[in-house]
Amino acid sequence: MYDIAVIGAGVVGGMIARALSAYRLSVCILEKGHDVAVGASCANSAIVHAGFDAQEGSLKARLNVRGSELMAGVCEELGVKYKNNGSLVIGFCDEDRETVETLRRRGEANGVKGLRVIDQAELRRLEPNISENAVCALWAPTGGIVCPYELTIAAVGNAMDNGADLRLDFCVSSIDRIAGGWRIRAGAEAVEAAAIINAAGVYADGIARMVGDNSFSIHPRRGEYVLLDKECGGLVSHTIFRTPTKMGKGILVTPTVDGNLLTGPTSVDMQDKEDKATTAEGLSRVMTEAQENVRGIPFGKSITSFCGLRAVGSTGDFIINRFGEGFFNVAGIESPGLSSAPAIAEYVLELLRQAGVKLEPKPGYNPRRPAMHAFREASAEEKNRIIRENPAYGRVICRCETVTEGEILAAIRTNPRPRDLDGVKRRTRAQMGRCQGGFCSPYIVGLLAEELHIPYEAVTKSGGKSVINVGRTKEV
Amino acid sequence: MDTMMDRVDLVIVGGGPAGMSAAVAAYESGVKNLLILERDSHLGGILQQCIHNGFGLHRFGEELTGPEYAWRYEKLVHDYNIPYLTDTMVLDITPDRVVTATNSERGVFTIAAKAVILAMGCRERPRGALNIAGSRPAGIYSAGTAQKYVNLKGYMPGKNVVILGSGDIGLIMARRMTLEGAKVHAVCELMPYSGGLARNIEQCLHDFGIPLRLSHTVVEIHGRERLEGVTIARVDERRRPIAETREYIPCDTLLLSVGLIPENELSKTAGVPLDRVTNGALVDQDRQTEVEGIFACGNVLHVHDLVDFVSEEAEIAGRSAAAYIQGQSAEALDIPLSVDGRVRYTVPQRITQKKDVTVFFRVADVYRNVTLKVLDGDRVVLKKKKPKMAPGEMESVTLKPEQLAGAAGLRFELEVG
Repeated sequence: MYDIAVIGAGVVGGMIARALSAYRLSVCILEKGHDVAVGASCANSAIVHAGFDAQEGSLKARLNVRGSELMAGVCEELGVKYKNNGSLVIGFCDEDRETVETLRRRGEANGVKGLRVIDQAELRRLEPNISENAVCALWAPTGGIVCPYELTIAAVGNAMDNGADLRLDFCVSSIDRIAGGWRIRAGAEAVEAAAIINAAGVYADGIARMVGDNSFSIHPRRGEYVLLDKECGGLVSHTIFRTPTKMGKGILVTPTVDGNLLTGPTSVDMQDKEDKATTAEGLSRVMTEAQENVRGIPFGKSITSFCGLRAVGSTGDFIINRFGEGFFNVAGIESPGLSSAPAIAEYVLELLRQAGVKLEPKPGYNPRRPAMHAFREASAEEKNRIIRENPAYGRVICRCETVTEGEILAAIRTNPRPRDLDGVKRRTRAQMGRCQGGFCSPYIVGLLAEELHIPYEAVTKSGGKSVINVGRTKEV
Repeated sequence: MDTMMDRVDLVIVGGGPAGMSAAVAAYESGVKNLLILERDSHLGGILQQCIHNGFGLHRFGEELTGPEYAWRYEKLVHDYNIPYLTDTMVLDITPDRVVTATNSERGVFTIAAKAVILAMGCRERPRGALNIAGSRPAGIYSAGTAQKYVNLKGYMPGKNVVILGSGDIGLIMARRMTLEGAKVHAVCELMPYSGGLARNIEQCLHDFGIPLRLSHTVVEIHGRERLEGVTIARVDERRRPIAETREYIPCDTLLLSVGLIPENELSKTAGVPLDRVTNGALVDQDRQTEVEGIFACGNVLHVHDLVDFVSEEAEIAGRSAAAYIQGQSAEALDIPLSVDGRVRYTVPQRITQKKDVTVFFRVADVYRNVTLKVLDGDRVVLKKKKPKMAPGEMESVTLKPEQLAGAAGLRFELEVG
């Protein structure tokens, strides 16, 4: 029996598992997907919010500000790219100016440092491509950007390096009380654990109901995005929001840590927790509104569009609590969930401690994980040393992002190991460039087949029935 | 593995049809200290996966397959002992022609060159560039990627196929997939005409009864893990989908043949200015870019219909690079070329030497009974009549030195009807 089972390998589950792996506890992460970071953690705005959005006194406000403070350090330990680029909430009229002032006051009450309302001239100096109609802005110098799936993968990997187990394709179907804990079933498979942490994202309400907790519900809220070529990443340097509405923070324009330009999201309440299809109306709205905020966004240089589902809780705040003996909810983690994740992990440890879980530091715990992007950032001399030791680092497989065979093989062999093309993409950026895998995917399919000891035609895009090829030629 | 900088007269970036032709031409013009850098594991570029025939009619007067056509040049590269490195990726080119590359044997290395020829080819426009709504399942490939799976790897990407875009690769793949046992339900083309060669529409679609749906596009993609179907719709004259014409086609595969983009990322590192229409470098009649000593040819310069024309253009670049290295040039001129919009672009965009110059151009729409006029102000320098010109077929005219004499600028105009 494990001491703790974490249900859900998104950024929240991953950060909690990593925090737990520092202690003498046996931990198992259960994930229904074919890989980690396949829910909201792979498709969101990739923003570390400063913390001025959430209502004073809410859990969201507190954990956002704390998470934002912790983020740089966590990313440094995990070898994850993080950039403190600052954010701007721009206003177009007097009413917006009031909203901007309200946000500043709220932010200050939440403990956000360095907030300042700036005028048009200063805004223009900070961001020359900002809309000419923007007249004021809230400048939050502590805002940042991070890659959410990179952070999740690194957190889960680091937890595994420190002893945690990961069970993929484990779709929880029932949870039963047994002596000293719980039996968690996924079809014919079962895992037993003394305590459960429910970090199941959009499915967290269903998991809670399995143990009789009907106190909240979760509904998915669709967010569509358009991602542009790296050529466009310099159009703005800050994350640009417009003044928020009830449905969210509107369409933002931001550089990503990898140098692309990201625009989105839409915000549409949904029923279906699996429907991640983009819509023509949504994509068109993203493009129209983004252009109202920033001038000259070249949408002809889009390289992909995608949709994420945020897990919106019925209480309006994060739902982090204990339900009876050994069951903890970490639910309704919508925005600012990514920003808050390191603080959520800290908070959950405290809940566990209060519930009597013994947290004894584990000797040999290593909070660090080597950066997956170390090779690309190395000097020519360093690269040559690595290539001499391992010639695979001299073979460029992904031309657009310059990813070598050595880096891809290393990713396939590193916890948590990817088993499909999308998994390799999220870890290495191979197939993530402007040709979107057109040239390199046939090679990567071959590398995966070899490493996983499966036939070439069995390699999938993202598990399940998502095969890349249906068979050999002459056999169809 | 060495850190010392090599010095060569000519570096050719890319060992496809353009790079090989350029190298052979430069060698034959007397440049013996040259080097081809190729990122794939063999010379020949994309021709190696083009196993259909139809290559070489202009060049060799016979119908060759892609690999056979490539071999004609590969053989010359071997016969002349022209050095080349495969599995070698160029990472950077500076304006003063220092080339940084990497491979397994030498690691990251630099070469200083007297001249550089850019011959990196092009890539296919991916789904993301189109922003088609819907899910993101497996089963969506650019036509060239599917061609690689089928022809080089021996695997079938799917059995029930819809193709978006009637570019030549899409047409060729419609036939290829059919011959391999798949059912191609439709080829959809956004425009009211095909962007492919007339002969490919005949031989790849009509001969196999595959419907070509002009003025149609894919508006939605369905299926969560693997593609289950696409919704197509007719588009109006402004290319907007008409909701009432939506039609669902069940399929497990969508191939995209929606345009080729010259791969000029390296050209940009060298500071080479690009033409906004071709997405390739601005060049003179020698295919020299606006950065001295850097030349460009083949699909990295502008997308060609036929490899025969790529070879021809690459030979100009190869010979000219040799002349540049050897310090030879004809009488200097400076004649910018301009277009009227019906003529979309010309290559070259500028004439800087007084000699025979063949100007290639492409038109914006299908035009019938046309007269091309080349004008120097009001003076008609050249006239050429044709029953039809179409965007899918590249056109050319040759200007004589006496026609260039005294010209301040040459404007390419198309009269229709």
